[in-house]
Amino acid sequence: MGEFKVHRVRFFEYMPSPIRAMAFNSRTDRLAVARGDGAVEIFNFADNYFQEKVIPGQDSRAVEALCWVGQRLFSAGLNGEITEYDLENLRPKYTVMAYGGPAWTLSSNNEGTMLAVGCEDGTVKMFEILEERIQFQRNHDRQKGRIISLSWHPSGTHIAAGMMGMIRIFETETGKQTGLTHDWIWSPANKEVVVWSVAFLSDHTVISGDSAGKVQVWDGFTGTLIKTHLITKWDVLALSVSQDQSSLVAGTSEGTVTQFQFLPLIVGQQDKEWVRTRTFKNHSHDVRALAHTETAVVSGGMDTQLVVQPLLDRVEKNTQESALRKIAFPHRSLVCCAKKSGLLLFQFPEHLELWRLGESDGHGKPGDSLPVRKKPEKLIHLKRKGEDHICCSALSPCGGWLAYTTVSSNLKFLLPSPSSSLQLPKLPKELCSAHQLCFSSDSSKLFASSKHSSVIVVALGQSECKYLHTLKPKSGCEIHIYNLNKLKVCLNSVFFIFVTLFGLSLLYLCHVGVMQQFDCDPCLQLHCTVPVYSSCPTAIAIHPVTSNLVTVHANQQIFEYSLAQKEYTEWSRKLQKQGLHNLWLERDTPITHISFNPNNQAHIILHDMFMLCIIDQSLPLPDRKTLLYNQMTLRSVPESERLRHSHAFKICKNFQHLLCVSTLEDQALVVVERPLLDIMSQLPAPVRQKKFAT
Amino acid sequence: MFPGCIRLFSRYSTRWTFFSSSMAALYEGYTLCGLVPEQNLSNSGVRGIEQERDSDHVVVTDSTRSVTMYKVSDQKPLGRWTVKQGQSLTCPAVFNPKTKEYVAVSDNQVIRIWKEEDVLLDKTFKATVSSDIWRVHCAHGGDPVVLFQRGAVRLLDSLLSAPQQPIEEILAQEEAIRWSTNIVAETQQFVIFTTEQKGDTLIYLQGLNPNTLQRYRLEREEPGLSPLSFSVTYKDKHIHLLYLYPNGHVYQSVLSVRGLGTEEGLQALQVPRGLLLALPVGEGLLEAASALVLDEAHVAVVGVPHPSAGACKDFLCIWNTNFQTLQAGKEMAGKIYGQLWCYSNKLFIPHGKTLSVIPFVCPKSSLASALGKLKQAKAEESKSPASVPSWNKILHGEKAQPSRTVETRKMRTSRKSQSTLCLSADQVLDLIKTAPIEAVQKEVEGLLSRSDIQDLQPCVGQLVSILVSRSLADPSFYIPSTLAQLVHTQCLCHSACPDLVLLALEKKDYFLCQLCLQFFPDIPEAVTCACLKAFISLPDIDAEKASLEPDSISFVEALISRERAQVSFQNGYGTTTCEDRSDDPSEGGGIIKEKEKTSAPSEQICPVGLHKAVLLNEVLQTAYSETFLLPHLKDLSSQHVVLFLQYLQFLYLKYSQDDFPQMHGLRSPSLTQIMDWVCLVLDAHFTMLVMIPEAKGLLLNLHSFVKSQVRLVSELGKIEGSLQELKNMKVKKEVGQYSVEIIELF
Repeated sequence: MGEFKVHRVRFFEYMPSPIRAMAFNSRTDRLAVARGDGAVEIFNFADNYFQEKVIPGQDSRAVEALCWVGQRLFSAGLNGEITEYDLENLRPKYTVMAYGGPAWTLSSNNEGTMLAVGCEDGTVKMFEILEERIQFQRNHDRQKGRIISLSWHPSGTHIAAGMMGMIRIFETETGKQTGLTHDWIWSPANKEVVVWSVAFLSDHTVISGDSAGKVQVWDGFTGTLIKTHLITKWDVLALSVSQDQSSLVAGTSEGTVTQFQFLPLIVGQQDKEWVRTRTFKNHSHDVRALAHTETAVVSGGMDTQLVVQPLLDRVEKNTQESALRKIAFPHRSLVCCAKKSGLLLFQFPEHLELWRLGESDGHGKPGDSLPVRKKPEKLIHLKRKGEDHICCSALSPCGGWLAYTTVSSNLKFLLPSPSSSLQLPKLPKELCSAHQLCFSSDSSKLFASSKHSSVIVVALGQSECKYLHTLKPKSGCEIHIYNLNKLKVCLNSVFFIFVTLFGLSLLYLCHVGVMQQFDCDPCLQLHCTVPVYSSCPTAIAIHPVTSNLVTVHANQQIFEYSLAQKEYTEWSRKLQKQGLHNLWLERDTPITHISFNPNNQAHIILHDMFMLCIIDQSLPLPDRKTLLYNQMTLRSVPESERLRHSHAFKICKNFQHLLCVSTLEDQALVVVERPLLDIMSQLPAPVRQKKFAT
Repeated sequence: MFPGCIRLFSRYSTRWTFFSSSMAALYEGYTLCGLVPEQNLSNSGVRGIEQERDSDHVVVTDSTRSVTMYKVSDQKPLGRWTVKQGQSLTCPAVFNPKTKEYVAVSDNQVIRIWKEEDVLLDKTFKATVSSDIWRVHCAHGGDPVVLFQRGAVRLLDSLLSAPQQPIEEILAQEEAIRWSTNIVAETQQFVIFTTEQKGDTLIYLQGLNPNTLQRYRLEREEPGLSPLSFSVTYKDKHIHLLYLYPNGHVYQSVLSVRGLGTEEGLQALQVPRGLLLALPVGEGLLEAASALVLDEAHVAVVGVPHPSAGACKDFLCIWNTNFQTLQAGKEMAGKIYGQLWCYSNKLFIPHGKTLSVIPFVCPKSSLASALGKLKQAKAEESKSPASVPSWNKILHGEKAQPSRTVETRKMRTSRKSQSTLCLSADQVLDLIKTAPIEAVQKEVEGLLSRSDIQDLQPCVGQLVSILVSRSLADPSFYIPSTLAQLVHTQCLCHSACPDLVLLALEKKDYFLCQLCLQFFPDIPEAVTCACLKAFISLPDIDAEKASLEPDSISFVEALISRERAQVSFQNGYGTTTCEDRSDDPSEGGGIIKEKEKTSAPSEQICPVGLHKAVLLNEVLQTAYSETFLLPHLKDLSSQHVVLFLQYLQFLYLKYSQDDFPQMHGLRSPSLTQIMDWVCLVLDAHFTMLVMIPEAKGLLLNLHSFVKSQVRLVSELGKIEGSLQELKNMKVKKEVGQYSVEIIELF
């Protein structure tokens, strides 16, 4: 197949933010995760846990709690605000001050009509949920300490509040503490005990997790303690109850998640009790957030990884569902590579880094490291302005243009190339708050996805930037392809694509062919729409020569669509007919980037977190019995026999924890790695645990 | 006394201590009657004892005039007959069960026959024959037979039909009958008698109906010795004749019933004989002794000293002839007259002034029982726990009956100390404190062969420490073979018997020393040094006498033989090749090499003898700690130090040769051990060595060895360092922030 020169890059010091809160919406099967930097991510559990949406964070917004109300997502944070998110445009919709100091917790009733917020000043504030906004209704009786946790009774009549050293139950109608039977003060010897989490069950049982390491079961009517489980020497930070209230999980500072189940002590009897059943240890640090789904426990915390631990009594064994999943990297690319100039753009929440790749001398045998003649060079360290974090960024293929945007501010341009004048071009007004940016391959145009799934096309010139057009597709999960050169359809026709996803447009990649006759024509036409596929595309690319569209979806399927014929290609049909190899389908990280080998048009280069794959379309597809990872075998057999053993999927696992794989012009690859160990080493120290003989 | 006898004596006595109480046994006897022996006690006063109607009745004929019939179990006389004053009975009375008559001979020629109811002997039947009668025999199942003194034999009936019939003379002039008996072999009745003629002993085998006569000559024992007693058994158409000589030898000769010649006057054939037993006789010859066959394997002997009871001959013993072991012994009070009869498991023995009846048992013997594996039947005498399975039951089923030997006090006390094999370990421990060397040897051997060595672990230590302390206390007591055997068990360590090595050194038992050095993990440095000192100062001639472990010898032999081989190689064409090479002007090293080779032999010849080298090797291989060894090493004298160093140098040179054969499996000192000892000895004696002129060359050589070793170690260190570096490099490769690599996909 051939040798590749690989620039192995490890200087992208990407650092994910710790997970603070989590909310699972069982109706839509979506999990909202809030991180320490205020970013909120939406994972679609129905679609292979794909990270669909990311709402960038904000400096001041420290999200402490998330809450789904129907399809609406609310958060409360230590800045004292309650925020509802615009999940279409990936930005906060509005914020409401709670006026109670930092808000610690947020909880809605089952009907989705009321939102309760626990505040620093000891009040539980009730908000009525209206369409498009929320309305403050009343305060509950003010308590002495801050309200750390809240839980509604499923009937909505009562709400339990955990605070410093006590748990209280309020009647939601009156906002008063309930009568003597329902009101009790929990005061252990240590007054500083924090009730980090409470769960109010329909049988009026209250379960609490506290900083003394206990999970306690209380009778909600009498306020008596039924059972205490000491599960850790440290804090129990999070609790989550399954939908059917038969299982409960508790996350601790030690990184463990302990499961309790409501089981009869004697088989066949009615008397049930909460019994500690299982303990999982998937985290090195605090488990701050937990979600109990139908089949799994989702946990996240200080170590930044999202872990989906299937409960084996709820899933079928030895299926994909029963496999443990760890999501460490975002499912989108934070790296942008300028192919022609060998530049790399790294996107951080707070800043951008532009690097020039190094150079090496001579040639070497496979497996060699070449001597580095010129070290990589950091060209620009660009800090963003304002409070909002960087939402997206792009680098033009020529390396002459750099663009980024935040949620609230307009598009910012830069001219990294020294030959360009430093004068910033004038920006059209329409260009604000884009969430995807893309340059055309000749760097003459910029496409930005904007509000309401529209795409704005901007022509770039030395002196000014000219707004050209806005494309407004229908909403839905579709891939739209526009022909930029409406009248001259030829093989080198000019396409760009974008994807609309439930009303959100995600601009993946734009390729523009020969652009001589391009003439700011305002009447761009929809060329075609690729047939809708159930799973969300994770990476899309158009082949520069054949104009075939290659898409890879969250369920690991690969499609190739011929834009000329407006149908799936022969290869794609064959692939679908034969099916992909099991091991390919069982991979648990999505393909995040597709590129093509400029020297061989049959080569498609893909990567996920753990491997780099070159698909050679000229070779036979592997069937189910073939060894998928066959590089070692091929290496050992003589050259004459290799062809007989080889198949289309050339998978290389030399590089791990990949953030980006891209081709450069000179048949070289850029591989950006971020070893998880490096991330781990930068985390704060976990709670000290007494190990034997230490 | 003959040395052979002593040897045998010692063998038997040892066996005896082991096996005396198993198997055949003598029970407590009882007195049948009192005797009136002659004044000088030369004669017991019993002429003969014959069986009466059944096994419980005997007829005792005294040497004067009377015949008494006894019921044995009642110890009661039932009848008594006496000849008239002036007459005397010249042959023991016999009972003819067919006619229920008693037959006796008075005054040599008068045959008297009477029945039980006859009261007065004078009134009964008498017949006078023409010739002197030697004896009347009446075997069970046979007719009474009369043997005349001159050798003629008549059936009593035919004789009585014509009492005055002429009696021929069979024997020669000077020939006289010494002993006779009568057996019934299948159909034929035989009279066997022995005669003595001019020191020759002849055996006559006279068959009756038809009459046959066979004549044999016994092989002569030492001059002047003729058999003291005879005993005959008949088995498988052969007559087994057993006879005892005064020197304690018991022989057996086998005569065929169907003899070759029947003619009278035939030349007497010499019968072959086999030595069955060589009984211990103590000092002097036996005078009044008798050996009697009890069954195929057992012989009862009287008048022979007990092996462990000194020279006193007043013993009755049962010996096993198959295994030559003493089975039972009993001291008889009073004088033994050398007379012994045996009827149905009872021995009749006149001694002192009584005739005693001693019941006995001779169970079928087996190898297991002879070797002492049989569990002792008498529980009260055996301390062995009841859980030990009974060999009796295993080997003989229920056949073995419990025997109840009653012993004299002396026997019992000696028995006590002589524990048997089923002995518990403490019995052995008890025994070895006092028993003679041979006994101890056998005892320990038996103990070791008996059981699992692992079980023995605790007792072996005790055993050795007792033996060692006894050896130290009693200079004549030393058992090298036993000690070596014990050390070989590998159950021992130096701490268990701290004096053993020094004892071995003192006794110049170098084999034991070698074993100790080999097997003891904890020999203190002082003792190691003492060994070294002893070995190095040992004259080579003495050393060669010691028998050492073959493996270690073969190792040194290989070393030395290679030395010789090398010398011859150098004298052969090997040198020429060297010279050839040195012709090459660029090969300067060749000349130096040559020089080295010519100077080498003095150092390459082993400075000590083969066995000495073996012993020194053993010292080199012991474990030690430098700090403790060093002060003791200083005690060595200068010439010993030089010799030792020369030997070490020799070893080193041998080892460092390229073609040194790896002798796996053979115990040999390692190169490191040799170097360590070189350094140690040099450290201990450096100042002294510097002063000695003859040590100069040695020191220079050793210095170069040490230097080369140091260089080797430092080179190894360097290699280790670079290898470590390689390892580090591999790890570092992974860490780079940026690298350009080539990968190949297939």
